[in-house]
Amino acid sequence: MINNKRVLIVTPAWNEAGAIYQVIRELRGELPGADVLVVDDGSSDDTARLAHAAGAAVAHLPYNLGVGGAMRLGYRYGRDHDFDVVIQLDADGQHDPRYIPKLVDAIDDADLVIGSRFAESDQRGSAAESDQRGSVGGESEYRVRGPRLWAMRLLAAVISLIAHTRLTDTTSGFRAANRRTIELFAGWYPVEYLGDTVETLVYAARRGFRIRQVPVAMRARIAGAPSHSPIKSMVYLGRAFAILLLALIRR
Amino acid sequence: MKLTILTGVTGLLLFVVIIELLRRRQLGEKYAILWLAVGLVVLPLAAFPRLFDGPARALGVASGISLVLFLGFVFLLLVCVHLSWEVNRLEEETRTLAEDMALLRTETEERAASDQQ
Repeated sequence: MINNKRVLIVTPAWNEAGAIYQVIRELRGELPGADVLVVDDGSSDDTARLAHAAGAAVAHLPYNLGVGGAMRLGYRYGRDHDFDVVIQLDADGQHDPRYIPKLVDAIDDADLVIGSRFAESDQRGSAAESDQRGSVGGESEYRVRGPRLWAMRLLAAVISLIAHTRLTDTTSGFRAANRRTIELFAGWYPVEYLGDTVETLVYAARRGFRIRQVPVAMRARIAGAPSHSPIKSMVYLGRAFAILLLALIRR
Repeated sequence: MKLTILTGVTGLLLFVVIIELLRRRQLGEKYAILWLAVGLVVLPLAAFPRLFDGPARALGVASGISLVLFLGFVFLLLVCVHLSWEVNRLEEETRTLAEDMALLRTETEERAASDQQ
């Protein structure tokens, strides 16, 4: 229980053996009242065993489906086990579990809460911020440049319009869903890259779901490296644009 | 005459392959009927290559052969679109199955763990 709500934290993990144990241990330590489900997305390494050893429930997908597939499984689990809130948290350690209570609080007057890397914090020097081990910056100092930045700005502008609220980080994988949204996502959740973040926002917003954002800081990932090639960034821009257009014309 | 042999042999080959696949239960009726219909259109063309000249001229196409080529292309395009759609549906179905299996497995493991305690 967190603030009188039954909370399930879903962590999609694909070959995250390098980070998963530490991430789950920290999560269990910070939030002993929450249930943790690691969705092993067809990993070929020790991810599932380590997640289990760290104290998480583990669901094994027989083959790799991608974040969207893993998340729909998580929402279905959340719905079937009658949870009030489902939190999505990445397995690479970038998401700080100490922000989870903030997300859970914000769900009181929203259906879907996004942990935004770019939002201005109105409470500088809060407890979570003052002690950031391995942080890449302050709450809004996550840095992106070039086509990737343009893509993110475009997505943020269009989706903010649709959702009737200011959203600055539409591709964030750190979010909280209430019962209404869990029900929606358990039945429908796209598997395509970016579909799991961008398209779900458009889909929920157009159905009148209330979306809010909460500022969060990102930490350096524990294992793995981010990709920064300019070609990849251009491809990202193209895909973001395509996904957005499709999301807008789809029923 | 050469053209008659070419189209005739192609049509017959298509027929034989489809029937053989059907006989070995490698092909469902749904698709077999489609390809058999193609064979049925191609075979008469072998005997009468000028068969479509009339309708072609009425549509503003110079010759019946061009019309057949055009229609064939459109037909294949539609088949490709249909197959993409079919693959998508299958992916969605296997995805749901994979999720179901994962949920069941988790439930069994949780139950086994609580029985042990």
